[in-house]
Amino acid sequence: MTSSDSSAITPKTVAEHGLSSTEFERIKEILGRAPNLVELGIFSVMWSEHCSYKSSRRHLAKFPTKAPWVVQGPGENAGVVDIGDGQVVVFKMESHNHPSYIEPYQGAATGVGGIMRDIFTMGARPVAVLDALRFGEPRHPKTRHLISGVVAGIGGYGNCVGVPTVGGECTFHASFNGNILVNAMCVGIAHADKVFYARAAGVGNPVVYVGAKTGRDGIHGATMASAEFTDETEAKRPTVQVGDPFTEKLLIEACLELMARDCIVAIQDMGAAGLTSSSFEMAASGGTGIEMDLDQVPLRETGMTAYEIMLSESQERMLIVLKAGHEDEARAIFEKWELDFATVGHVTDTGRMVLRMGGEVVADLPVAPVSGASPVYDRPTLPSPKLLPIMGVTGAPPMDVREAALKLLGSPDIASKRWLYEQYDHLVRGDTVQRPGGDAAVVRVDGSKKGLALTTDCTPRYCEADPFQGGMQAVAEAWRNLIAVGARPLAITNCLNFGNPERPRIMGQLVACIEGMAEACRVLDFPVVSGNVSLYNETDGRPIQPTPNVGGVGLIDDLARMTGLALPGEGFVILMVGESAGWLGASLYMREVMGREEGAPPPVDLTYEKRNGLFVQGLIHDGLVAAVHDIADGGLTIAIAEMCLAGGIGATLEVPDDATSPQGWLFGEEQGRYVLAVKPEQVANLRSRGNEAGVLVREIGRSGGDALNLGGHVPISLDEMRRVHEAFLPDLMQAA
Amino acid sequence: MRVKVAIGLRPGVLDPEAVAIERSLKGLGFPDVANVKRQKIIELDVGAPDREAALTAARAMCEKLLANPVIESYTIDIA
Amino acid sequence: MRAAIITFPGSNREVDLARALEAATGHRPLSVWHKESELPDLDLIALPGGFSYGDYLRCGAVAARSPIMTEIARQAGRGVAVIGICNGFQILTEAGLLPGVLMRNKGLAFLCKPVTLEVATRQSVFTSGYEAGQEVVFPVAHHDGNYTIDAEGQKRLEDEDRVAFRYKGELNGSVGRIAGILSTGRNVLGLMPHPEDATEPLQGSIDGKPLFASLAAALG
Repeated sequence: MTSSDSSAITPKTVAEHGLSSTEFERIKEILGRAPNLVELGIFSVMWSEHCSYKSSRRHLAKFPTKAPWVVQGPGENAGVVDIGDGQVVVFKMESHNHPSYIEPYQGAATGVGGIMRDIFTMGARPVAVLDALRFGEPRHPKTRHLISGVVAGIGGYGNCVGVPTVGGECTFHASFNGNILVNAMCVGIAHADKVFYARAAGVGNPVVYVGAKTGRDGIHGATMASAEFTDETEAKRPTVQVGDPFTEKLLIEACLELMARDCIVAIQDMGAAGLTSSSFEMAASGGTGIEMDLDQVPLRETGMTAYEIMLSESQERMLIVLKAGHEDEARAIFEKWELDFATVGHVTDTGRMVLRMGGEVVADLPVAPVSGASPVYDRPTLPSPKLLPIMGVTGAPPMDVREAALKLLGSPDIASKRWLYEQYDHLVRGDTVQRPGGDAAVVRVDGSKKGLALTTDCTPRYCEADPFQGGMQAVAEAWRNLIAVGARPLAITNCLNFGNPERPRIMGQLVACIEGMAEACRVLDFPVVSGNVSLYNETDGRPIQPTPNVGGVGLIDDLARMTGLALPGEGFVILMVGESAGWLGASLYMREVMGREEGAPPPVDLTYEKRNGLFVQGLIHDGLVAAVHDIADGGLTIAIAEMCLAGGIGATLEVPDDATSPQGWLFGEEQGRYVLAVKPEQVANLRSRGNEAGVLVREIGRSGGDALNLGGHVPISLDEMRRVHEAFLPDLMQAA
Repeated sequence: MRVKVAIGLRPGVLDPEAVAIERSLKGLGFPDVANVKRQKIIELDVGAPDREAALTAARAMCEKLLANPVIESYTIDIA
Repeated sequence: MRAAIITFPGSNREVDLARALEAATGHRPLSVWHKESELPDLDLIALPGGFSYGDYLRCGAVAARSPIMTEIARQAGRGVAVIGICNGFQILTEAGLLPGVLMRNKGLAFLCKPVTLEVATRQSVFTSGYEAGQEVVFPVAHHDGNYTIDAEGQKRLEDEDRVAFRYKGELNGSVGRIAGILSTGRNVLGLMPHPEDATEPLQGSIDGKPLFASLAAALG
């Protein structure tokens, strides 16, 4: 059988391609005939959940995506937002969960490489990477191996390419034992009038292939059993995609050099589903057709079939539509950078994708239906049960306040991630002005006094307990973290990680999280400009906690007005913005100290969140505060402990008599709150500004000494806090 | 002609990776492991008329690029 | 001062270095592609950090065989100042312009953090702006910074006052905690830490500024 023969497509082959019988009938209807194997392979990837968002698409439409500062929302390789002075910021987050579980080093490395390509494809120089990582229980037998591989892979790739890895998250929960999450976000800067899109146009314009050669990397495993592969079975097994950061670095430089000329009509990286998705997306966006000769594709291995060439996921490759007559100019640039360059086809006006190999047409498909007519499912949903609030601790707590504070400070989710970020080059390019470990990373816009504030946020335990509130909280926390460093929040990207959407409870989580996020985006003027969905993250019926990671980007107009969380010295008054009611449901105190995963998560009041945030933003703008930190995991105590550790200075915190439960006051996780350190002479002014704005500003303590004093409890020395805070990851990773 | 070049550290040069491998192996229940050494193997085809010419070419490649004489030594195998 | 920064495929701290040099001298340094085989009259040749040729085979090994390196060796022989930072240092040792070799960090992991160094000699155009023994903070960002040389070579470096910078504490396994060295002619400096990323208050340290200021003062 040859790849262009359709006679051997059996129901089994269709199933192996992950297509339902209804979907196969639809394909036959579109084509007016049965597809051949190459065509079936193309449909299978284009109609996969990953490329078509068939389970989530109708809900993703609920996200607000527009604002005066948004240049390009979802639908392109990445979102584009105006940052003034003729510049734009380009960013997106993407998952590489399954590959990272199977081969953590290469999975994470190629995840970073892929998201970088999404950014420079649009003409932007990548300036920062962030990674949101979720692992299983620290003591699970696979966890150490996965951490060490993922961290080495992220570092190995990003360090070599020379893009600083400036932030992210790393948390742990048993639900991720069999499905870790590796979500990478990349941020780039471009000139507003030099943004490139993936819209093929101009009949006759050449379609060129640049970058690395094509091998058999990552071709879908299930399809390997099909009749076509009889000989050399071993050699033709699907292989893990291997990243080559050196080639990526050359590809960035070559593409940016070409983009500075006037040669490019459209450009698209070959990500998931490689040549297939890049060519179809360019033709679909441009409303054109493309004809390609697969014999021209640079190959790394011999004997590759059309099927393999179209489905290969080899890394570090791009497809470009050039203006006719500019091939030589473009070729010279890629040759200088020692990269492959091949003209593989041209743009047509037929609306069809025609692929030839060995003089034979191996596929002939209408572009629009393959790209646009993929099935859209309205899957049934089941709401998560409503949980009850838990306020304070009733009865005797299992440990005293001092012990609980130390326990939390050293717990996996709160403990310092220094072990990890010191393996990432977070300083290359010399513009990292807030390093990992704060509320948000800040990267200076080269040659200006402006800075980009960057953060990733999500609290999966809240999303599990109440998906709608959890979705709102993820967005609100990202917004708050940007406010805390002195930025104006601009927009978000997201990566929605869930279990199997065919199960109504999971689908219910997905829909409620999206609706919560959308609501928060709307109220906070914080639109979604790009995103990615990763479903089926479950093993043996055990799904991950719902994890809609949010990547937030904000702008600091003048870095002289940037704030950090470090206590700046002795004698500063510590203020809390916002109210505490002692909310312990779904808190880390509940999980780590009480040993229970119970209760409703703290509710998000978006109007209140916005009022408090804009109030703090105004104070920072007017230069009235010396340090700012948002209150999140572990509540007020952990927020202040982190400020003490960052500043190398102690603090005394009063526990008010009116607190219903000291544990609730100290460790509750109410939203919309900030801790400020201010000079004593500013306190009266801040209080009156608070009164005017309708924001509660409460004096709660002072900086000074070399210990943290929590009310009348035994003080905790900075040294002890630091030891406990820094111990978790090094201890875990050294344990044999 | 197929040439196989094996490059290793010269005796006496500390190899932290080999030390780590040795430590891990001991931890995994191989207490008698000792003297772990790592080598890089580079295989290549050379268009040489005979073994002698291939050997000469391979030696030159090692001296010029493949090995760093400050810390590395090499052996050449010709198929 | 006329300075040139050599760019190899995979260089990635050329931007940082150019910015620091320009701030110190008022002139944008020339950017030279590694395939060039001649250089104009220069006062300083700078090899930036990065992962030239992916650091495949050995760090700096392939770059050290680039056409430009013959010309750099010739210019260094004439007394032109040459600085190699991080990957630049690795390239200079691979090219034989500096003795020893940079091996994998003792802890095996890539290390990115600010470190405290001691200026071990002020007898060079690179370090004359510091006090001897002065403590400075530069960031490091390397996987292979473990400076290795035989005992005889180390003794020679020490006897000839050619150790330029030393880590204050143990960092990566380097012999004698060596972070940077000078050539016999004292006009070639190789160092692993990044003074170019410690030249502005926003970067958390300005201790690298005197290095570039020394160069600007000495080389005009």
